[in-house]
Order: sequence, then structure tokens, then C-alpha cells
Amino acid sequence: MTETGPAVLIVEDEPQMRRFLRAALGSHGFKLLEASTAREAVQLATSHNPELILLDLGLPDGDGIDLTRQLREWCTAPIIVISARGREEDKVQALDAGADDYLTKPFGTNELLARMRVSLRHAQQVGSSAASPILQVGELRIDLGRREVAVGDRQVRLTPIEYKLLVYLARNAGRVLTHRQILAEIWGSTHGVQAHHVRVHMAELRKRIEVDPAQPKLLLTEPGVGYRLRDRS
Amino acid sequence: MSDDARRPDPDELLRRISDDQQKAKRGTLRVFLGFAPGVGKTYRMLASARELVDQHVDVVVGTVDTHARYETAALLLGLEVLAKKRLEYRGKWLAEFDLDGAIARKPTVLLVDELAHTNVVGSRHARRWQDVVELLESGIHVHTTLNVQHIESLNDVVAQITGVQVRETVPDSILDRADAIELVDVSLEELLERLREGKVYLGEQADRAAQGFFRRGNLLALRELALRRMAEHVDSEVRAYRQEHGVHATWPAGERVLVCVGPSPSSARLIRAACRIAAGLRAPWIAACVDVQVAGGQSSEDRKRVESHIQLAESLGASVVRLSGAKVSEAVLEHARKQNVTRIVIGKPTHPRLRDILRGSLLDEVVRGSGDIDVNVISGDPGPGETTSRTQLDSGSETARGGYLAALVIVALTTGAGAAGRAWLGIPDTAMLFLLAVMLTAARWGRNPSLLAATLSVLAYDFFFVPPYFTLAVDDARYFLTFAMMFGTGYAVSSLLHRLRMQGQDARSRQERTDALYALSHDLGTVQDEKDIALATTRHASRVFDGASVVVGRDSEGAACALGEWPPGTSLDPSDLAVARWVLEHGRLAGRGTDTLPGAGVVCAPMRVTGEPLAALALIARNREPLRADQRSFLEAFCRQAAFALERAQLAVQARQAAVRARTEQMRSSLLSSVSHDLRTPLASITGAATTLRDDQVDGSTREELVETICEEAERLERLLSNLLDMTRLESRAVVVKREWVPLEEVVGAALTRLEPRLSGRKVVTSLAADLPMIPVDPVLMQQLFINLLENAVKYTPPESPIELQATRDGDTILVDVSDRGPGLSPGDEERVFERFYRGPQSGVSGVGLGLPICRGIAQVHGGWLTASNRAGGGAQFRLMIPIVGTPPNLEEQSAPEEET
Repeated sequence: MTETGPAVLIVEDEPQMRRFLRAALGSHGFKLLEASTAREAVQLATSHNPELILLDLGLPDGDGIDLTRQLREWCTAPIIVISARGREEDKVQALDAGADDYLTKPFGTNELLARMRVSLRHAQQVGSSAASPILQVGELRIDLGRREVAVGDRQVRLTPIEYKLLVYLARNAGRVLTHRQILAEIWGSTHGVQAHHVRVHMAELRKRIEVDPAQPKLLLTEPGVGYRLRDRS
Repeated sequence: MSDDARRPDPDELLRRISDDQQKAKRGTLRVFLGFAPGVGKTYRMLASARELVDQHVDVVVGTVDTHARYETAALLLGLEVLAKKRLEYRGKWLAEFDLDGAIARKPTVLLVDELAHTNVVGSRHARRWQDVVELLESGIHVHTTLNVQHIESLNDVVAQITGVQVRETVPDSILDRADAIELVDVSLEELLERLREGKVYLGEQADRAAQGFFRRGNLLALRELALRRMAEHVDSEVRAYRQEHGVHATWPAGERVLVCVGPSPSSARLIRAACRIAAGLRAPWIAACVDVQVAGGQSSEDRKRVESHIQLAESLGASVVRLSGAKVSEAVLEHARKQNVTRIVIGKPTHPRLRDILRGSLLDEVVRGSGDIDVNVISGDPGPGETTSRTQLDSGSETARGGYLAALVIVALTTGAGAAGRAWLGIPDTAMLFLLAVMLTAARWGRNPSLLAATLSVLAYDFFFVPPYFTLAVDDARYFLTFAMMFGTGYAVSSLLHRLRMQGQDARSRQERTDALYALSHDLGTVQDEKDIALATTRHASRVFDGASVVVGRDSEGAACALGEWPPGTSLDPSDLAVARWVLEHGRLAGRGTDTLPGAGVVCAPMRVTGEPLAALALIARNREPLRADQRSFLEAFCRQAAFALERAQLAVQARQAAVRARTEQMRSSLLSSVSHDLRTPLASITGAATTLRDDQVDGSTREELVETICEEAERLERLLSNLLDMTRLESRAVVVKREWVPLEEVVGAALTRLEPRLSGRKVVTSLAADLPMIPVDPVLMQQLFINLLENAVKYTPPESPIELQATRDGDTILVDVSDRGPGLSPGDEERVFERFYRGPQSGVSGVGLGLPICRGIAQVHGGWLTASNRAGGGAQFRLMIPIVGTPPNLEEQSAPEEET
């Protein structure tokens, strides 16, 4: 077992939960930092600059959402919220506050590791700004230079908005993007446009990309939260 | 005497206990009692207040009049004095004690000088002692001052002694409830000395006082009265103590005093006398007022006097009854017997003896009929206003005038007829004709016209038919008998008919009231809802009391609000609503023409059965006149009737709530028993597997199996919990439906994505019609619905059988069918599957039987429905119907696909 893996900060006040995470993540080579309060979390994040943060929302000395906002002010490491709060409002709040992903307790180790990998890879991509001109997600292939989209061998024609939407989802493949984030990215502001605008364009996009739009394989919906492009890699 | 008899009466003890409990909440009252102005009551009150302040008690001066006495004013320095309220009265601004300010300030002890003071018009209460009662009720301890001549029951005694009639009186009940009375006593010499020094009154006023009120004899008598009143108070305290401690006291053996109250001004004297007699006997006393039936009713003067007498009696602690009957004596005696009265107090007659001979004497009748009841006859000095109401009235009314005219005409006609028939009518026959005329008049127009007719008849008969003709001289003495008989018959018939008519009228008005109450109770019987009851009550009240009315109740926050009104649209202005609020709080009649808030536009009565008023009935009389006493007592009965209905409605609501609670409770317990089983089973597997892994040596394949068990069972637990949570949220209506316009395919797609692991490769065929619009649903709940439906299909059908999801549009409804080719539903299960905790007959299927009920719950909160049926050709089909409410959003920037660049 090596100690050279990425450093992960676990912010969680339940000792049992910490024990589980320690066991699950430690065996996969992650370097672990543990905090049980928001204050400790800020201290450790500042002093050790972790590459990923696992954050429980219910902390004894403060709300996790506030902590997310606070960390986001200077910290670029992906934050994955792990919480027993399963309501969609909580997810949206956390994601809008700057969290990269949201996992509802209980969850399996596999799922956690998959999400962590997605987040870490995404952070690296952002870091290495030398963006490749081709985005490839499963069967979907977007040629950014030529503005061409293909699913398998099939060329797909899109409106500018659909194209922008797809590129945004593809760049964040595997991550949930909230309605608000999509609105802000595609329309530039959330003023005057509403969630159903996104829905209509997503429906169109699905018709063009999916084989059966009612059983999507790529453009997945998280009801009440937003959308996610499936990342099978 | 046996032990039993010595034990305190349980009712009495209960009353004492409730008194004590009330006292605990109430403020205490301390009265500084003096026998004359200038004895130093205010001074003593302030001095004791200063002592309290020294002991750090929160003392505030509510109102104190120092009468420009230097020593008294000096004591005020350093005490907190409450600001006075300014009231405008006839263009002048008058300062008055601020009751609301005092209650808002809520000091521990409040000083309120001059208990007998009459408040400025426009204050809440007419009298300051009423302010004090309210202060006590709001838990403030009050110190106040009072002179002995202001005590109600001593009022006329004082008037007799001093010759000065004191108008401002305080009911004895206030003094009785005082927790402490402090007698402020000085010797006569000292008081007179003070008067001379100008410490009591200044200048001329002092001289006048010395000659009038401050005569030595007066003062001596007043001082004695004050000392005696004080002694009485101490005596009653001693008695209370003895009673509480079971000390045997000679308890008066059921004495009960009844006093007859009438419109005569001397009645007030009678009432005070009865009060003293009752106090002396320590007996309860009744003031009985008989509605004397007079043609055309009583004069308003008389009515007012009767009212004031009744109020006086009430304020002195009598229980007041209103009797009605043709004869006063009968009514009084009947009531006295019913109530086991031992003593009747009645006034000495002041009218001429002749009236008694003619009409019968009330005193005589009462004394004769009294049997074993003692009758105390008290002197009733005739006041200047004493008149018999009967003569006053009869001459005044319209019908009477018509009657006299009619009498004249009838007698003239009879005379004419007699003259015409003189040839063949004998003189006695003519007399009979006249007698008939008198009787006719009596029958039709009552007594006085009939007496006129009799007189005229006698004259006409004498003049025209009795020799010598055309003179009033009479030859034969026999004719005098004829005259007398004419008179007598006229009087007797008219009296008889009069009484009959009065009895009829009495019966009619009773009947009317009974009818009104019956009609009310009939209408109230058919309505259940509080609002409907209020409406019915006001409808009847408006008719019976002639005006508009509003029922004021409390809303959920306890604020006063109108529950119903009649005629529709009637509303109370804020000041009237304040009256209603006061009534709701205090449970006593208030408003126009009453003691409390008499200046208000409405009169407001509490509606209560027992305890707290449930609501208040506000009447806005059309003629703006205050209610008569009989109307008041009718209003009470009316309100009680309505209150019964209100109480019933409230009890019904409580019963419904209790039933709901009981059902919830039952559901909870069935849920608990079901849940505990379903929670324990997976937990048992997990615990078993985990402990085996920990403790035992297990080989590779077993190990894998155990780990698999743990994972599966944990998942099952998770599903169960989220189902339970969903169900609870739906049932408790804690679910907020966040409708958004979403494409159906998106919701179905999301559900299928989530189900992917559970489907484990099973094919679900979806066919959504091309013309489906966006639907207004909560996407999260809808996804849950489809997950549960599809999961249900997966669970209950063989792995290879197909599952179909089909959506079509039918007008404004979206139909979604989820169908399978499994075994289908057992007969009768089409509805049962939607019951909580119902599980299909297949064994080996995990679940709690909550999935489908949740589905239906979700459909329902969207205004839709979910049904189950068997398909033709085998299998089950679930049909979801979702209405499209509203218009789908318009998307202006819907653009066609573009060529990529």
C-alpha cells in the first residue's frame, strides 16, 4: 500500500463513518486527512491543500453549505458532499454553493470511488488548460475545432444552443450540473429564462443523440437537480 | 349536634376553594375606609405606599387627588405617578385615570384614590370601582380610599342622618371582596380642628361644610357607621375562618328574604332595607319585580325606574327575578313558595284607602296569602314622583281616546234607540239597552271608556227615560239601584275583560319568546358548522331584537373576529369590536345602556354555557335604544341557546379530531408492527452475516455469500426506509408539490436510469405518443411514482416477461399505462393493492406493501388517479391519469436545427 496517492480531506463528525471511509479509501492508496468540525476542516484545508474534499453537511459547529462556500473562495480542490439529507433542494444548494458532486448516504464504496475519480480527473483537466480539440465521452465525439458532433459513426446536426449545452455537459462529463449552472453558462444569466427552457433544449438534444429518448444512455436527468452526461470511461 | 352536621357544607367549601383559586390569580384589594372627608385616607394610603416602596415593591400611583393638601402632596414626591388620559367631553378636555395605561404598566401595587368616583363620559366604565374590578382581574393589587357614606347599602341611612343624598355609591360586593379594610379614624375634635385650620376645605367651602355635613351629630353617626361596617368585615372574616376550619357556627337555618320591587321611587329604600335585613340574617335575598300589566304597557318613566331599582338590587347582591302575572300578590307569593322564602319585605301603602277598597290592596293580599311566610312592612315615604302609572297611561294612548269617542257615540245611539222604541219598551227594558251599551263598550274599548259609557248612560237614562223627564231629578229611589247596577256591571265586565286581555297579552308575549327560542333552536339543530350557527343566531337575533347583529368569536390566534352577521355585510367598527372583546374576556353584558362602556353603539352579550364565553352576540338596535330588562333576560336565554349549539359544534370538531387521532394511532400501531418485522428481518441477516465474518473461520465462497447478503439486505433496508419516509410525508401532507413543466420522457427516462441496476438487463418497452405536451408535475415525485410502478412490475413478474410503458393523450389528461405479462392480480385485488401494507400473494417477494400506495398518493397530490386492472391476455396493467392544468409555457426562442459551421 503506497502513501503516494492523492490527499483527501474527510470532513465528517461521525466516527463510524470516518472509520469506514478510512478503510475504504486507505486501501485504494489515498492519503487521508480527517476533520470532525468545520474549523478543523478549514485549518487542514489551508495547511495541507488536499486534492479532494469529502464533506458531510451536518457538522457540529456549522452548516456544510456555508463551509463549501467558504472553501470555494480560495480552494480549487473538488468537493464531494456526502450527506444523509436526500432532498433535491439540499443537493441543488450544495452544488450551487460550489460542490462538485453530491452523494446521499448510504452509498457503496464503488460509487464513492467512481465519483471521486470523475472529480479528480475533471480537476486535472481544468488544471491542464491545454484543452484537446476533441472531446470524447463514450460514443459521443465532439470536435471543438470544427464544431462537429458525432455519435458513433452518425453525424448529428445541432442548433447553437444545443451545441453549447452539449459541450458544457461534455466538459463536465460525469458531474451533475444544476439548472441554474446550465442557465448561467448557456444564457449568461438566470434572468428571464427558466428551468423549462433547459428542459426543452435537453429534450431536443436527446432526440438527436439518444436512440430512445425515453431510455437515455448519455444525457441523464437528475429530477429536481439538473443533468449529467454519463461518463462510462 | 352530630359530627355530620358540624362538618362544613361541601358546596360551600368548593365555592371557597374556587374563590381562593380566583384570588390567587386576582389582585388583592385594600380599602382605606373613612367616615368623612378629611380624616386622612389618602394620606394614609400614600404613607403605606411609601413603606412598600422602601421594601422595593413596585408601587405606582394610578390617580390621587390631594385636594391641595400640602402634607398629602408632599407624600407623592418620589412615587411613580401614572399619566392621566385626556378625554374630550362637550368641547372640554378632561383628565381621567388611564385604565389601559395601568394594565399595560402592570405594577405590583396600584393606588387608585376615590373608589366612588364617577368616570368622565367616554371612559370604558361608568364608575371607577368597575375600573378597580378590572384591575384586580388582571392581577394588579389595588389600594383605594372610600368614605362610608358612599357604601350602597348605607346610602339611605346616611341620607337620613345627614340630610345629604349621596349620588356616587359603591356596591357592597366590592367592599365584601376587599382583602383588607383599613379604617382611617380620627377623633371628632381632631377632624373639626383640621376643618377649622382649612386642611379639609378652603375658605367659604369650609364654613359651609361646618354648618352642613360636618355637624357634630352627623360626624358621630357616620363614625359609628364606619366602625360598624369595619366590625362586620372582621366578623365575616372570622366566620370564613371558622367555616374553613370546621368550627361550628350557628348557621342561619335557611332564611331567605324576598323584596317586592316596583316602579315607585320608594322601592329603592325598600331594597336597601331588605339588603340590611338579609345581611342581618345572613340570608340570601331575592328582589322580585312584577311586570304589572297595564293597557298599553308601562310608561317609559316607570320602566326606567324599575330598571334602576333592579340594578340597585343586583349591585347589592340580590338575585333578581322578573315575574309576570295578572295579580302582583299572586305572582309574588307563588314565587316565594317555590323558592322557600321565609320573609317578604313589602312597602307600606302610601295611596288613599279608597284605591285599596276599589282595587284590592297588594299588602292585604300578600299578608293574607302569606301563610307561614313572615311579612315585613317597611315604611315607603312617598316620593314626589309617585303616581300610579295606570291613570297616566290610559288617558294618553290613542286607542283610549278612540274608546271615549266610541262610548259617546254608543250611548247616543242607545238613547236614540230608546227614544224610538219608547212606545213599546218599558222603562226597565230601556235600562237593559243601556246596560248592553255599557257592556259593549267595556268589551271592546276597555275599562275607562266603559266607565264613561256607564256615566253617560246613567245620565241619559235619568234625563230622558226616568220621570220626571228632561231633568236629572229622580222620583223613585228604586232607580238609584238601577244606576248603581249599570255602573257596577260596566266596571265588573270591563275589569274582567281587562284582566283576560292582559293575561292573553302576557301569554302571547311569552308565546312569542318561546316561539322565537324554539325557532332558533330548530334552525340551530340543522346546522353543524360554527359559521352557520353564528349566521342562524344573528338572523334570529336581528328579527327578534329588531336591528343588525354580529356574532363575534375568537380566531385561531385568539383574536376577536366576526363569525357571522345579519343582515349580510353588517360589520362592527373598531370601538364596537372592542366592546365584544371585553365581553369575550369578562363574560358579562356590556355596551349601550349597561354599566360597562355605556356609550358604545352596540350592546354585547356573552354566549356561554359554563365557564369561558364561546362567543359574543353584538346587537345594533335599529332605534338605538338600550334594552329593557325583560329584553335583557330574554337576550340571555337567547344567547345561552345559541351557546349550546356553538358548544355542540366545538365538541363535534373535537370529536372529529379525536377520531382522526384515533385512526392515526391505529395506523401507526399497524405500521409499527409491520415495520418492526420488516426492519428486523434484514437487520438480522446483516448482523448474522457480519458476526459470522468476524468470529468464524469461513472459506472463500461462504465469505463472498455472506458479504453479498450484507450488501443486499442493507439495500433492502434502505429502500424500506425511503418508502416509509415518502409515505409518511405524503400522509402528513408535508409534501410540497413543486409543479414544473417537464416532458414526460424526461421523467420516465430518469426513472429508468435509476432503476437500471434493479432491472438487471430486463427490457422495458416505452412508447410515448408524439403529440405529448409538457406536463405540469413535480419531477421528483413523478420519478418516484414510475420507479415504484416499474419496480413493482419487476418484482411480481417472471424475469423474461416484457414490461411496457405507454403514454397517450386524452383531451386534457395524460394516460400512462405500465403493463406486464405476469400472473396478473387476484380477483378483488384491483383496489386492495393500493392499501398500505397489503402484499401480493406471491411468496418470496420482499417489500412492505407501501410502493403502490405511495404511487397513488403521488397521483392524488397531482390531482390525478392511479388504477390497477388485469390485461386481456394475462398480466396486470396500472393506469396513471394526470390532468394538464394551466397552459404550457411558450418558448419564443425555439429555433430550427442549423447547419454547423
